[in-house]
Amino acid sequence: MTPTKERTIAPPVRGGVGTSARRQDSVPKVKGEFAYSSDLWAEGMLWGATVRSPHPRAAIRSLDITDALTVSGVHAVLTHEDVPGRKLFGMEIVDQPVLAWDEIRYEGEPVALVAADHPENARRAADRLRVDYEELPPLVDPERAVEPDAPQLHASGNLIRHARIRCGDPAVTADVVIEGTYETAMQDQAFLGPESGLAVPAEDGGIDLYVATQWLHVDLEQLAASLGLPQDKVRITLAGVGGAFGAREDLSMQIHCCMLALYTGRPVKMMYSREESFFGHVHRHPARMHYEHGATREGELVYVKARIVLDGGAYASSSTAVCANATAFACGPYEVPNVQVDALAVYTNNPPCGAMRGFGAVQACFAYESQMDKLADALGMDPVELRMKNAMSTGSAMPTGQIVEGPAPVAELLRRVKEMSLPPAGHDAPLDLRSLPGGVSNTTHGEGIRRGVGYAIGFKNIAFSEGSDDFATARVRLFAAGGEPQVEVHSAAAEVGQGVGVVQIQVARTELGVERVTLLPADTTVGSAGSSSASRQTWMTGGAVKSACEAVRARLLERAAGELGGSPSDFSMEGGKIVSQTNGIEVSIADLLGRDSIEETREYRHRKTYPMDPETGQGDAHVAFAFAAHRAIVDVDTELGLVRVVELATAQDVGKAINPLSVEGQIEGGSAQGLGLALMEEIQVSNGRIRNPSFTDYLIPTVLDMPPMKIDVLELGDPEAPYGVKGVGEAPTISSTPAVIAALRDATGRALERAPVRPEDVVGLTEREVR
Amino acid sequence: MRRISLTVNGVKHDAMVEPRQLLVYFLREQLALTGTNVGCDTSTCGACTILVNGKSAKSCTLLAVQADGAEVTTIEGLASNGEMHPLQKAFHESHGLQCGYCTPGMIMASVDLIANNDAMSDEDIRMGLEGNLCRCTGYQNIVKSVQQAAGEMRSPAST
Ligand code: FES
Ligand code: FES
Repeated sequence: MTPTKERTIAPPVRGGVGTSARRQDSVPKVKGEFAYSSDLWAEGMLWGATVRSPHPRAAIRSLDITDALTVSGVHAVLTHEDVPGRKLFGMEIVDQPVLAWDEIRYEGEPVALVAADHPENARRAADRLRVDYEELPPLVDPERAVEPDAPQLHASGNLIRHARIRCGDPAVTADVVIEGTYETAMQDQAFLGPESGLAVPAEDGGIDLYVATQWLHVDLEQLAASLGLPQDKVRITLAGVGGAFGAREDLSMQIHCCMLALYTGRPVKMMYSREESFFGHVHRHPARMHYEHGATREGELVYVKARIVLDGGAYASSSTAVCANATAFACGPYEVPNVQVDALAVYTNNPPCGAMRGFGAVQACFAYESQMDKLADALGMDPVELRMKNAMSTGSAMPTGQIVEGPAPVAELLRRVKEMSLPPAGHDAPLDLRSLPGGVSNTTHGEGIRRGVGYAIGFKNIAFSEGSDDFATARVRLFAAGGEPQVEVHSAAAEVGQGVGVVQIQVARTELGVERVTLLPADTTVGSAGSSSASRQTWMTGGAVKSACEAVRARLLERAAGELGGSPSDFSMEGGKIVSQTNGIEVSIADLLGRDSIEETREYRHRKTYPMDPETGQGDAHVAFAFAAHRAIVDVDTELGLVRVVELATAQDVGKAINPLSVEGQIEGGSAQGLGLALMEEIQVSNGRIRNPSFTDYLIPTVLDMPPMKIDVLELGDPEAPYGVKGVGEAPTISSTPAVIAALRDATGRALERAPVRPEDVVGLTEREVR
Repeated sequence: MRRISLTVNGVKHDAMVEPRQLLVYFLREQLALTGTNVGCDTSTCGACTILVNGKSAKSCTLLAVQADGAEVTTIEGLASNGEMHPLQKAFHESHGLQCGYCTPGMIMASVDLIANNDAMSDEDIRMGLEGNLCRCTGYQNIVKSVQQAAGEMRSPAST
């Protein structure tokens, strides 16, 4: 060790918190070297396939695997009898069969599994499985499902949850009353990389699974239970994830793939096609929402009454939490003294619904923001002014009684989007067809085109709510190599594209002043990080990495004090060195550590939350909230119903932008998904059957559908959170949908009460009632 | 089975393929070039875009036998002498990706787009990439990345 006396002021470490550091995975991704779960391969591996029910509701009379077993190359055909452990799985409510045995509850429900030497042989065998079904009439109307004489799809009945808010005076009256019924469709997460994974049987009788998922440890618990294995015999490593958006929170092929691998003793790979993917994961709950708003003549909200029915489909998935969110955020970010909300999540024979970006807040926001516009219209008020007048702010009470403690810049966000410059109206000569609805299809040269402007604001909880023990774990190791300090960060946080990988690296750089930070693969050899959902990872895993770094730093300073004399508080870390504040002596971290390393693991928890009271909804259910506002500008061909979104503008409080470019990416991507729900995205389900399970028929926004965006990012800093961060990912998906549809109403004068809006709605062919 | 011979990323391959084998699966499974992704199987998403004789093509829409005699370039063949292609650099630097599943296809489509168009407006880039879906980014940073790379590829310094 060579302590030196010269004192230099170290520059802040490069690529730390607050910089647009490059992603650690983008070089392999641009080179085509990044291994997605679909790219995995193992010596001697077999291919798995799933046999799925063609019927939405049926009784299984018999299953015959004899024929399937005769197909050449087939190594296994498994049914429910082969499930080694618990025959049901589920994240919150354990109600879903690993493989169905008596009753089919949705079209595409898994019935059997095949492993073969080639995917085509596996599919061929799947076709040869004989299942004798007795078709039953599917229960597809969620309102009908809760009628007392409806067929019961589960022993617990058809009601998954009924959440309520009872706040203030239920009999209060108001000067102006408006009502509306709104619907949002079943949306698909439509990540680009379908479900896939590789299961490898281990010598200890356990299993190693490499899979694209959002939450390794919740997969592990469910896998161990259904495989009948102790949890330490199940090891999961995150494989490359091609997007998630909620669709990977529930299990898809995980148990199936492991069952086949354990049975055959060979590695097994499963990979869904796009079509199978539509049946292989949960979707966004379709919602029917009836609202009544009462206000004074001056535009002050007096009451809101809402009834929200969410179609949970065949299995519960995360319906209870989605229902809680739809309830808690039913009135929007406004102060409302009297609130009555009833939200129901119910079982039907439709495809199961669960998590998707925005999680219950998306549906409610479309309804309450549509109502705010309707109310503004009835009052003859400017819609933004009406919103600002009723905006909640820090210290406001939510209808659940919870006081909003962090920043709540509702009026500010609205003001900002309102004040942004408007794109020029009209079209330059010579006319560029591409700038018109219909584009180069040459459907108009400007005749019949009307421009509309719409605004919306939304909000949502960050991290898990209602008393769940929400935590994230991180392990940080500091060591020296080649005379340079280096850091390894290990967590189970799933990088699904959102950028939590580089966030962890940035936090470690900032906390330890060391630029060379490596992120180890996410796996289950470290504690749970919780899910990459609920806009929570930057806060939670970011917080865990921060506190593990603090612990490492404390030990390093202790060591410095031990070696150099003095107390740890005499020392600070600067630019890879330890500097004594008393005598200026400094020593490099590398010298101080020598061959040793310092490793610390920490769990980070956010403040405790509490359940909502089942009768009144009262309770401090949430730790913090994310807010975003949008302004949409559309051109509409009022004759053909074609729409072009000219511009989307947004303002969002992100607390603190750990990586500003990532933040913008999240806002743009989230806004695009909201635009999709406004204009095109719908899983069309008819009598329990999905009619459009392909990207040819289920449309998501292309680069031409998605306009350029104006983005205003506020960093108001939440005092609860590490660095003041707020989650970023979901808020943009919430307010973009109602903003686009408000703009369409502005352009057409039509009520447009259902998302997505289709051309026939725009031209009035489907109008239910005239406003 | 049919014999085909083709050049992939500069390497000549002779192979036996089923006449109905799709080119993308030939590349991924027989040649282990898994950089080319499959997102839809219906010719919609563009994740499988490669260059066939210098022109961008969706490899899930071609049979392997159609590539007989062709020069194929996949994302793995784009870097030269260990130097990333300007498009690869731009997507890395301008945050043109999140999950990255669409990225190889976006980049390969853009290679063709830039090669066949002089100065492009953002609108031109958007038109050119309409056949490539991205679910994560909202496309803004993709357009920026392509614009950045186009600038670099045209500036005399890079020739
Ligand atoms: S996989 Fe070829 S276009 Fe989608
Ligand atoms: S980055 Fe995920 S699909 Fe484009």
